Amino acid sequence: MEFGFSEDQLLLQQTVRDFLAGECTPEWVRGQWQTETGRSPEFWSQLSELGLPGLLVSETQGGLGMDETDLVLLMEEIGRVGLAEPLTATAVGVGLLRSLGDASLADAWLPKVAAGDAILAVAHPASPFVADAHVADLLIASDGDSLHALPRAALRLEAQTSNDGSQRLFRVDFDARDETRIATGREARALEAAALDRGALCSAAQALGACDQLIALAADYAGQREQFGVAIGSFQAVKHMLADVRVKLEYARSHVYRAANSVANDATGRSVDVSMAKIAACEAALLAGRVSLQVHGAIGYTYEQDVHVWMKRAWSLDLAFGDAVFHRARLAAGVIDRSLPAESFGYSHPQRVPTPTAGLG
Amino acid sequence: MDLTYTPEQDAFRKEARAWLEANVPAAPLPSFDIAEGFEAHRAWEKKLHAGGYAMVPWPVEYGGRGSDLLEWLVFEEEYYRAGAPGRVNQNGIFLLGPTIMEVGTPEQKARFLPKMASSEEVWAQGWSEPNAGSDMAAIQSTAIRDGDHYVINGQKTWASRGAYAHWLFGLFRTDPDSTRHKGLSFILSPLDLPGITVRPIQKINGKAAFAEVFFDDVRVPAENLLGEEGAGWNVAMATAGFERGLMLRSPARFQSTAARLVDLYHATVERGDPVAPGMRDRVARCWMDAEAYTLNTYQTVTRLLSGGKIGAEASLNKIFWSELDIEIHEAALELLGPRAELDPRSPAAGDAGSWLDGYIFALSGPIYAGTNQIQRNIIAERLLGLPRK
Repeated sequence: MEFGFSEDQLLLQQTVRDFLAGECTPEWVRGQWQTETGRSPEFWSQLSELGLPGLLVSETQGGLGMDETDLVLLMEEIGRVGLAEPLTATAVGVGLLRSLGDASLADAWLPKVAAGDAILAVAHPASPFVADAHVADLLIASDGDSLHALPRAALRLEAQTSNDGSQRLFRVDFDARDETRIATGREARALEAAALDRGALCSAAQALGACDQLIALAADYAGQREQFGVAIGSFQAVKHMLADVRVKLEYARSHVYRAANSVANDATGRSVDVSMAKIAACEAALLAGRVSLQVHGAIGYTYEQDVHVWMKRAWSLDLAFGDAVFHRARLAAGVIDRSLPAESFGYSHPQRVPTPTAGLG
Repeated sequence: MDLTYTPEQDAFRKEARAWLEANVPAAPLPSFDIAEGFEAHRAWEKKLHAGGYAMVPWPVEYGGRGSDLLEWLVFEEEYYRAGAPGRVNQNGIFLLGPTIMEVGTPEQKARFLPKMASSEEVWAQGWSEPNAGSDMAAIQSTAIRDGDHYVINGQKTWASRGAYAHWLFGLFRTDPDSTRHKGLSFILSPLDLPGITVRPIQKINGKAAFAEVFFDDVRVPAENLLGEEGAGWNVAMATAGFERGLMLRSPARFQSTAARLVDLYHATVERGDPVAPGMRDRVARCWMDAEAYTLNTYQTVTRLLSGGKIGAEASLNKIFWSELDIEIHEAALELLGPRAELDPRSPAAGDAGSWLDGYIFALSGPIYAGTNQIQRNIIAERLLGLPRK
């Protein structure tokens, strides 16, 4: 039992954090909002040099051969800077191709992903929209029964405009053909469920980073901005709002790290663990957005100020790979209906409920 | 990251479960806040101690079994699973004990820890005074050195377990000219010395859960000073760290309460009693939050086992468990409907009484161990770097 990260894992996180702090500034993020695709092939090749798109790809296929417990730490950093390059979509695609019984697609695509030469995406029925379908070289989508692996030329995309300038969403249509079919029936459902869990985990980890950044922006501002002759951060009304967000962030982190372990090991309670992580992390990030806005006051409500950059990321992440309604329904299915496995950590509740303890204290 | 238990930990769990199943009293003990219940709980502690389970992470020579904190968590999981009695000496074993372990002299460890582990000596806390509550540095009670004794004068209040306890630990001003955090010392005092008057205080359910303790020229041997003279504030902060951050409220307490809430939800639905539309969500959420608290505690223990310390993060913890406890009990009372107000002795109470008792206790959570408002100040100032003034 060891619930923590190794020095190597934390070192890699720090390396990525330092790199992103230098490159992925709020000005750069806003610049990307204005471009046609919103995505930068140059930046993608820099991310590839760090090994990020191929993090889950095996070393023999040119990747880093790491797992989701490594991935979440880096996703947190991606969320901290508000980067929207298709790393989640690619990680979900890699996870899915790796799980196929027939290895030919994985053999064909994963080395290209690791080299930074291919982007993947996966559609899931939990959302009518697919992020980054416009830059995906291969998209995996369901026709209602079977899963299909579709090259870009086979897709018809209808672009949507998200409130978050970083988010590029599409409605995807395609003609299902026998040669694009990769899985059917129960296998397809299982692959789809695993893909959703991996995507939700990545979104939750990014939400942690966005939350932390929104707190940092507000704490920094509250330490400088003076009213009534003192820094507004000295007022308890301000302190307590921010402390409440910090509490939520702390416990959301615990859920996300545990869910990473559950996805990496395909644990029995995986789906409920992921839903808890998604609910907790997105709630923390959404609250952080509101509180950060309130601490900044009117200046935070302007377009020039950066609060909305992360606040809108938080809104997008909350809706990605299952919104709160989807995940709360899954949580209740696990905890209340027991129609999904929900595994308590350590404690096992007896069938016969023991007499409650006397002498509370 | 490795979230699996070792074969040794699994074996320990099995052993603890078997012992608890064979030994936990079948009927609940009377409350330890009445005289009869206090003694019944001490008798239980004696049995637990004889079984070797009173304080598993302590060294064997002090009455423990030399386990680490992970085995302690496993034990706590089994303890709550078995529905075993509350720990009457929690001030001693969970708060003072770890502090003595950290700063006590070898003589103090040998003198105090074994009798604490067996609950031969039960401890009360002596922090607050009438004019020093949230502002604990305003303590006025003095302990003036006179030869090989300290002479204590003053008044402590809200001393948990004070009504029946044998000993009290607390902060006293050893330098009468000092102010605020300086000049305070951490002193251990028997409660039966001449000059001590204990006046029990009833909490809102009418039971004497705490007490006022008056000191009138009470002579306490100087060897009962814990840590350096004048360094009491720092020693007390270590104690508060254990209280807020780890030992006082082990996660299984909330996991078992949340699991009972799920049971109560099903029982209510099966009886055909009305259930509010949002209740499924609330119940599931309570269960989820109890899991979060558990996961976070395992992270803390992992950090402590690799040499880390409990810092200001303890304040995050204290807010989370105390507010979760209230959430769980409020959901339960809502499920109980018109039975929610029934006292445990009421004929139609059934399990409602124990939920009401639990709720009344939970309401004290955001107040004791440093109010949640003080914890929020600590988080904002020490974790987020906001200005004190």
